Amino acid sequence: MSGIPHDHYEPTTGAEKWLHRRLPIVGLLYDTLMIPTPKNLNWMWIWGIVLTFCLALQIVTGIVLAMHYTPHADMAFASVEHIMRDVNGGHMLRYLHANGASLFFVAVYLHLFRGFYYGSYKAPREVTWIIGMLIYLCMMGTAFMGYVLPWGQMSFWGATVITGLFGAIPFIGDSIQTWLLGGPAVDNATLNRFFSLHYLLPFVIAALVAVHIWAFHSTGNNNPTGVEVRRSSKAEAEKDTVPFWPYFVMKDLFALGVILVVFFAIVGFMPNYLGHPDNYIEANPLSTPAHIVPEWYFLPFYAILRAFTSEVWAVQFVEFITFGIVNAKFFGVLAMFGSIVAMALAPWLDTSSVRSGKYRPMFKWWFALLCIDFVVLMWVGAQSTEFPYDWISLIAATYWFAYFFVILPLLGVIEKPTAQPATIEEDFNAHYGKGGTDGAAAQPAPAE
Amino acid sequence: MIRKLTLSALSALALTTGAAFAAGGEATTHDVDFSFEGPFGKFDQMQLQRGLQVYTEVCASCHGLRYVPLRALGDEGGPALPEDQVRAYAEFYEVFDPALDDYRPATPTDHFPTSSLDNAPDLSLMAKARAGFHGPYGTGLSQLFKGIGGPEHIVAILTSFTGEEKEEAGTLYYGNTAFPGGWIAMAPPLVGEDVEYADGHSNEIHHEAEDVAAFLMWAAEPKMMARKQAGFTGVVFLVILTVLLYWTNKRIWAPLKGKKTA
Repeated sequence: MSGIPHDHYEPTTGAEKWLHRRLPIVGLLYDTLMIPTPKNLNWMWIWGIVLTFCLALQIVTGIVLAMHYTPHADMAFASVEHIMRDVNGGHMLRYLHANGASLFFVAVYLHLFRGFYYGSYKAPREVTWIIGMLIYLCMMGTAFMGYVLPWGQMSFWGATVITGLFGAIPFIGDSIQTWLLGGPAVDNATLNRFFSLHYLLPFVIAALVAVHIWAFHSTGNNNPTGVEVRRSSKAEAEKDTVPFWPYFVMKDLFALGVILVVFFAIVGFMPNYLGHPDNYIEANPLSTPAHIVPEWYFLPFYAILRAFTSEVWAVQFVEFITFGIVNAKFFGVLAMFGSIVAMALAPWLDTSSVRSGKYRPMFKWWFALLCIDFVVLMWVGAQSTEFPYDWISLIAATYWFAYFFVILPLLGVIEKPTAQPATIEEDFNAHYGKGGTDGAAAQPAPAE
Repeated sequence: MIRKLTLSALSALALTTGAAFAAGGEATTHDVDFSFEGPFGKFDQMQLQRGLQVYTEVCASCHGLRYVPLRALGDEGGPALPEDQVRAYAEFYEVFDPALDDYRPATPTDHFPTSSLDNAPDLSLMAKARAGFHGPYGTGLSQLFKGIGGPEHIVAILTSFTGEEKEEAGTLYYGNTAFPGGWIAMAPPLVGEDVEYADGHSNEIHHEAEDVAAFLMWAAEPKMMARKQAGFTGVVFLVILTVLLYWTNKRIWAPLKGKKTA
């Protein structure tokens, strides 16, 4: 499937042949599991499995939670307490689901930044990248709507603030907001549709994940060197790759085990650490919390939303030349969505012919700064909008855009890349010695 | 005894440093060494029963616990009252029964009554709905080490009345250094020696406050001990699984990396 030559499934028994002629599903699974995978993948290539696990965890726990949850403005909060107190194992299910969302986003951000550093978005993997961004958008929508369901104070006011963003769109914003909410304000109609969509979107994500996997199985995995697998013959390809099963399945499962140890410790010992205490207060439209803070995984983009106030000259300038159509509020909304679009455009903004950041001496530093920038944005997103936080968020938000729209295009022109290894095999052997070169290693015999 | 000494030393320290903290204008909460903290922390059954007594004799005259079923008082990992005591305790409350269209004595299957005063918040989730610790610099690190601090916040509120009063728009407010803004509408509920404990435990104000805070933590998180048990079991089994996977992975890759498989 991957364009990398490898063995395909051959049905042997009569039953296998019978099924294979009618539905080659075993062959599809075999080819998917046995895909030749660059053997030099490092530990940053484990997040895909972690993310798949998260999706499964969220769907399984979510379906059971939905059996006990009541999507009604008067009963939702009490039904969550019913889950926490009366449902067998309900407290574990809910804490697994709530913290599972956090693990999901930890993994997606590390997966994303892995892609940034090793240039996984570059040709020919742009479609994989775009589908990944669509998955990320669906995840944000799902997480946001899921956070509304417990109907606590942060659920309610978070929903009010975020749907208010659509109200900032000129001319049609108010109509869009009303249409989204099912009324003039966040109320029972909003809760009902959010519950419905929160149940739907994970299955959309699952479908997109299948396409995401299909896409990168068509191009083959990227790898830390960014050098493509040699594919002129099967023998040559086997020098650069090993089958996904068992080599990477075992490696990824081990990594998943380590991550789950930490995850279970958080769920078991401090399940409310990542949540907001105000969400244990039932939603009250008459009482606004002192600070409305989104969940941690939205904070970087929330910071960008708030960074561009009417005091910034660029905002005033845009407002002036658009005759006030793009005011400060709309500018902030555009900036927030723009910061996500910028990531999606990375394949076309990065002009460098070298794929992996390992061989790009200047890029490395700008990338490190981007990582710091992301953390700073996440931190400042939870702070007030007073000095010095307003300046910090403005600088950090500006860097985010500068990285994608100025630094990435320029670096490709001015940077002198260092020497890349000729093949993946060479990189692997440089790391592990000559073990990989002899035929016995390419076809490892079972130990003992 | 040592615990008590530490506590009094801590409160003395709190009194002297209190002024320095108050200068920042932030409500202050001090860490309390509760028995239920940490991965292996358990509720102290006797403390929960004492806290229930404080709640019943003091708090319940205004506040409610709408999400807490009375039968939960008999559950393991809680106050664990014997069945007959739960039934006798339930009869202490009157609940409205729509089927009778009248009030009747509560049974263990009923919930605690709701708040009887409009401006008295329900206390079912109070221990999780407040954060005693923040920072430093909004990083939440202090919460990582000391916990979210809900019970500590309750202790602080109950023990931080200044004795000052002021009237605003016909409502009396009481000075309280732990309450955001410094003025709270609740009159000081505890002054010390408000209840007489059956187990002879000290009924000084900070003991009463800690007991009721522990009880409210249980009310907010009745499955805490089951959850920690599940978490610990999960961690242990996952560690074993992960070690096995580590060895498996190492062995599978060894020939490729030119290493010997032992």
